[in-house]
Amino acid sequence: MSTPVKYDAVESSAAWRFSDRIGLAFCWFLGLLFCAIAAAIVIYMLVKGIQYVRPELLTTSPTTGFTQAKTGGFLDPLIGTFIVAAIGIAIALPLGIAIAVWLSEFGRPFALARVVESTVEMIAGTPSIVLALFGTVIFSSTALAFLSRESGGVVFGRSFFAAGAMLSLVALPLVVSATREGLQAIPAHVREASYAVGKTKIATTRRILLPAARPSVATGAMLGLGRIIGDTAIIVVLLGALQNFEPTGSVFPFDYLQGAGSTLTNYVYSNAPTGELNNPQKAYAAAFVLLVLVLFLNAAVDVVHRRSRKAGSWNS
Amino acid sequence: MEFLKPPPVRRLDLEHAPEAREAPQRHDEHSNGNGNGNGSAPAGFTGARRRRIGAPQVSIPRMEIDHLSVAYDGKLAVKEVELPVRQGEVLALIGPSGCGKTTLLRSLNRLTELTRSASLSGRVTLDGVDIQSMEPTALRRRVTMVFQQPNPFPMSVFDNLAYVLREQGSRRGSRRALEAPVCEALERAGLFEEVKDDLSHPALRLSGGQQQRLCIARALVAKPEVLLLDEPCSALDPQSTEKIEELIVKLREDVAVVIVTHNLQQAYRVADYVGFMYLGDLVEYGGAKKVFGKPDQGRTRDYISGEFG
Repeated sequence: MSTPVKYDAVESSAAWRFSDRIGLAFCWFLGLLFCAIAAAIVIYMLVKGIQYVRPELLTTSPTTGFTQAKTGGFLDPLIGTFIVAAIGIAIALPLGIAIAVWLSEFGRPFALARVVESTVEMIAGTPSIVLALFGTVIFSSTALAFLSRESGGVVFGRSFFAAGAMLSLVALPLVVSATREGLQAIPAHVREASYAVGKTKIATTRRILLPAARPSVATGAMLGLGRIIGDTAIIVVLLGALQNFEPTGSVFPFDYLQGAGSTLTNYVYSNAPTGELNNPQKAYAAAFVLLVLVLFLNAAVDVVHRRSRKAGSWNS
Repeated sequence: MEFLKPPPVRRLDLEHAPEAREAPQRHDEHSNGNGNGNGSAPAGFTGARRRRIGAPQVSIPRMEIDHLSVAYDGKLAVKEVELPVRQGEVLALIGPSGCGKTTLLRSLNRLTELTRSASLSGRVTLDGVDIQSMEPTALRRRVTMVFQQPNPFPMSVFDNLAYVLREQGSRRGSRRALEAPVCEALERAGLFEEVKDDLSHPALRLSGGQQQRLCIARALVAKPEVLLLDEPCSALDPQSTEKIEELIVKLREDVAVVIVTHNLQQAYRVADYVGFMYLGDLVEYGGAKKVFGKPDQGRTRDYISGEFG
């Protein structure tokens, strides 16, 4: 009997061909470079931002002043960010889920489904400044005057409503594709099992498919939220890019929503060293808050995924 | 362009290989297949014991399949099949892959209609009523189905069954009102003892065998007349398979059972009647002992003896 030979459990790249090893080294280099760039941005912005973030910045409104000590905080932009995010996702989520369900579960006639599919892809590829410009056309029409300010027959066309509605288009493709992916990951025999106990397609979708796809829907919604709160172009064009709220009208929550205002992105934009207001410390502090919000959303996506993995799934 | 040559096929030189040994002699025990009171088992089924306490007590005709043909894109998958489905008996459909047994099974609760390319001719009746004249959702509550892969819904054990009892998409029907039928179905599926302490346990975290019995309970909770099983044990281990086979035999008293299986031993163990299908034709239909013992058709004999499959 021969003595058993011991092998390493893992294949070593030392045994690879030379050209393959160069390729591997190149991949490692690129991967590490990318990590370094991402780490540099995040760490620099966090370190720089945390020097200037003060709790009172989050609770005071911006004011005009000649020194940075007198320009107040960014309460209004912070609330504005939450408002556009809420409006945007409130439109994008139901619409996106409906489109995804139709595409994945019904999708007839076939030609129409393909058209809808490429339309969604087209919106995903459209620069948000183009969406913003189109938004000015829509929201300046007299029929939609109730969504913004009107004076002397001229519709202003800038409001939280207008910005939120256009921003929902930024989030929509992400919600659609994530939801579709979630639905398509459900094996066909699970749907059939529900039909086989006498359930209709609608009941199956509502009670089985959408709950099963919930982690994917949540992921899409959070990625969409990330895009909304990070968008600047639509805010500048359709929200007025002010510093403070500028309510118009008299009924409480609607006066703010109908009026122009600001978000953290346009606050950073105008307070950046190159911006018209030039309060770099405030810009860094606001950018820090924005970054923390986005990182928080990413972490939430992670949590949702981990939890869904724990809940178990089917063999396909 | 240059392509890599495929590696040469390595053949073992058996005569000169130092470690080649003679295969151990098999001791086939043809002589003593008489151990279970069901007459001598046919060759090849000596290990399989029929799961029977006695002959079926009742035999009530439930479904009648009459000249049923099913085609996909004009290509016939099931050709002019005639079969009775009776309560009190287990009907097993056997045959090689792609012979149309699953298609036949799925046309019994009109699940074939979900495939867009499928077309149907012939007649299937349930208690004398043509199933084409019935509402599909109503039919599918009376003719329920269990699939090859365990597929509990992503909710609790209780909700899996309550979902069937509730009106379409509604959530109405309190837990207390539904508790009795749910527990009864779990009991019939032999799962109640294992889950009774925690009915809100997520169904997808049960073991594979438990999941499949939950699927059977789910198929039973609507009190169907016919239970269709599409290779229910092919994803399960032997112990779970045994439990489910015993369950199938027990269930045939109050529900007509049709089982599609690839596993001839399993068909022999559970079936009262067997239909052998080949290329869409129902080649042979008859009592299990006859089909496995002395089949009329040469093709059945060849299939059962393992000549092809």
